[in-house]
Amino acid sequence: MLKERLRELVQHNGYELLLVLLLAASMAFSASLSPYFLTVTTLFDMTSQFMEIGLMALAMTLVIILGQIDLSVASILALVGVVFGLMNERGISLGVAIPAVLALATVLGLINGWLAVLFRLPALVVTLGTMALYRGVGQILLGDRSTYGFPAWFVSIDFRYIPGTPVPLPLVIFAAFAVVFYFLLHRTTLGRLVYAVGNNAEACRFSGIAVDRLQVMVFGLSGLMAGTAGLMMTSRFASARWDMANGLELDVITTVVLGGTSIFGGRGTIVGTVLALFVIGTLRYGMGLANVLPQNQSVVIGVLLILAIFVPEAWRAWRARPRRTARRGGEAPAQVAGGKAG
Amino acid sequence: MRRQEAGTAGQALDVAVPRPVEGVLAINRGLARFRDLGLVVAIAAVAAVTAVRSPQFATAANLQRIMLDISLLLLVATGQTMVVLTRNIDLSVGSVLGLSGIVIGFMLKDHPTMAVPFILALGAGLGLLLGAINGALVSWGRVPAVIATLGTLTVYRGLVFIHSGGQQVNPQDVPRQLLQVARPGGLGLPPMVLMALIVAVAGWVVLRYTRTGRAMYAIGSNPDAARMRGLQAGRIIFLTYLISGALAGVAGVLYAARFATVNPASAGTGFELQVIAATVIGGTSIMGGRGGIPGTILGALLLGTIANALAVSGVSGFWQRAVEGAVILAAVAVDAVIRRQAVRGVGRRA
Repeated sequence: MLKERLRELVQHNGYELLLVLLLAASMAFSASLSPYFLTVTTLFDMTSQFMEIGLMALAMTLVIILGQIDLSVASILALVGVVFGLMNERGISLGVAIPAVLALATVLGLINGWLAVLFRLPALVVTLGTMALYRGVGQILLGDRSTYGFPAWFVSIDFRYIPGTPVPLPLVIFAAFAVVFYFLLHRTTLGRLVYAVGNNAEACRFSGIAVDRLQVMVFGLSGLMAGTAGLMMTSRFASARWDMANGLELDVITTVVLGGTSIFGGRGTIVGTVLALFVIGTLRYGMGLANVLPQNQSVVIGVLLILAIFVPEAWRAWRARPRRTARRGGEAPAQVAGGKAG
Repeated sequence: MRRQEAGTAGQALDVAVPRPVEGVLAINRGLARFRDLGLVVAIAAVAAVTAVRSPQFATAANLQRIMLDISLLLLVATGQTMVVLTRNIDLSVGSVLGLSGIVIGFMLKDHPTMAVPFILALGAGLGLLLGAINGALVSWGRVPAVIATLGTLTVYRGLVFIHSGGQQVNPQDVPRQLLQVARPGGLGLPPMVLMALIVAVAGWVVLRYTRTGRAMYAIGSNPDAARMRGLQAGRIIFLTYLISGALAGVAGVLYAARFATVNPASAGTGFELQVIAATVIGGTSIMGGRGGIPGTILGALLLGTIANALAVSGVSGFWQRAVEGAVILAAVAVDAVIRRQAVRGVGRRA
C-alpha cells in the first residue's frame, strides 16, 4: 500500500522530487562551505536576494505554459523603479505613486500581449522590441543618474521582519503571491485554459475560447508582477537607476524552465518554479559564501539549466529507444530536433 | 506501386491547391522586394535628415565609422539569419564574440607577430568549437534552441571572466598588423568591411543557390515535411550553428582590431539582441522559412545608420536604446500588416 503510494508519488511528481533532491544537495554544499550557512537567520535573510526574481517567475510560469515568452520583465522592473523615483522626487505621495506605477506596469504588460495578438507575432519578437524600448524610456527619463530620497518607511524592506520572527517581509510577500498563483493556475478555470491554450491554441480557438484575450491578460499579469518586483528592488536598494536588474529576465526564465515548465508550452507547475527558485538562490548564495565571483556563479547556473532540460530528455529518449525485437515492421519513432518557443 | 500512389497524390495536390500556393509564393517574392525598398527608403531618409542637420554626418571619416560598426553586426547577423531561417535562434553570439576577443587577445600578448589570416583562423576555430556545442545541444541533445543558447550565453560569458581574470586586453597588446584590418586599405575600404561584405554575399549565394541553403529554408518552413522529404534536419541545423559560431568568433578578433580594447564585461554584451534585431528588421521570420541575407544587410545598415545619426546629431545617447526598440517593433508590425493585407487580397481573387 505504502509502496504503491510512493511509486505513484514518484511517477506523478518525479521532476519536483528531483528538484527537492537538488535543493537538499545545494544546501548541503553551502553548509559545507560555511558554518554560518545553516543558521535560521542566514537561511531566512538569504531569501531576500532573489524574491524579485521569484515574483516575476510566478507570472512567467503562466506565460511560458501559454507557449509564449516575456523578455521585457526586467525592463518593466527598471522603468517602474525610474518612474517611481521621479514621482517621489516631484513630491508625489507614495500612497498615490505606488498604485500608479503598478498600473503603469500592468499597462506595459498589456501592450506586450496586445501587440502580439494584434499583429499575430510571436511574443519573443514583440518583447525583444519592448525590452529595449521600456528600458530605453527609463534611460531617457532619468539619464545616467540614480534617484533616491525615499521616505524611511519605504526603504530597506529586506530588513523588516514579521515581529518576533526571523521571517523577512519580501519572503512573506512572495509566499502570498505564490499561493495566489498556485490557486490561479491549478484551481481555476483560467488556469486550465492556460494549459489548454499552451497545448493547442488552434483547437482552443475553434472551441470558442477567447485565446487572444487570455494571452493579453497573462501578459498584463506578467507586467504587474514585474512592477511589484520593481518596487521591492527599489525599496531594497533605496534607489533606482535605468540599468537596474539588467539581464535579470534570463534568471527569471532560467528559474521557470529549471522548474520543469516546458518552453513549448502546455506543461509546468507553480511548485516546480518555487522549488527551482530556491535551488538557484541557495546555490548562488552558497557560492557567494565560498567567494565565487557572480560571473562564475553564472557558469554553474547556465550548465544547470542545460542539464535540467538535457538529462530528462536524454533519459526519456534512452527509455524509448527502439529495441531490437520491436524493430521488425515498425518504423523508428520520428525524431524531433530543433524548434523553439515563439 | 508506391511510386504510383505518390504520383496520384501529387496530381491530386496539383489540382487542389495550385492557385493559392502560387499566389502566396508570388506575394512572398513581391513583399520581399517591397519591404527591402521600404528599408532603403528608411535608411535614405535617416541619412538625409541627419546630413542636413549635422555637417559631420556625411564626412568620409564618419561614413567609415558607420561601415566599421555595421560590418561587425553584418558578419554575425549573416550566421544568425541562417540559424533563424531553420526556425532556431542563437542567443550566445555576443558571448562567443567576447570569449573569442579575450582568448585571442591574450594570445596576442605572448605572440604579437602572428599573421592576420592566422589570427582570424584562430578566432574562427574557437567560434566553431563553441558553435558545435550549441549545435550538438539543439540537434542531438533535443534542448530547445532558446534554452540551449540562453544557457551557453551565460556559460560562455562566465568563461570570459574566468579566462581573463577580470583583466582587459589593452591597446598596446593588440599588434599593429591586426589594427590595420580596421584601417582603410584596398579599394579605399578597410579590409574588415570587405570581409563582412564577402561573407554576406557568400551567405546569400549559399542560401539561394545551394542544396544546403534551400534545405535551411525547407526545414524552417515546414520541419515535418522537410524530414519526410529526406532532409537531414539535425545535420543542417548543426551546420547553421557552426557557421554562426565561427562568424561570431571572427567578429571577436575584428572587435579587437576595431576597438583595440577587449573588456570582459562589455565586449559583445547584449550584442545578440542587435544581431537578432538586424535579422528580424530585415524581414527574416522568427518562425523560420522566410527572409534572407539581402534583408539582413539592409537591417544592419538601418540600425547602424540610426545609431550613428543619433550620436552625431547631438541627441543624447540615452535615446538610442528606446529608438532601437521602437524600430524593431515598427519593422515587424509593418511587415505583419502588409502580409495580412496581401494574403487577404489573394483570398479574394482566388
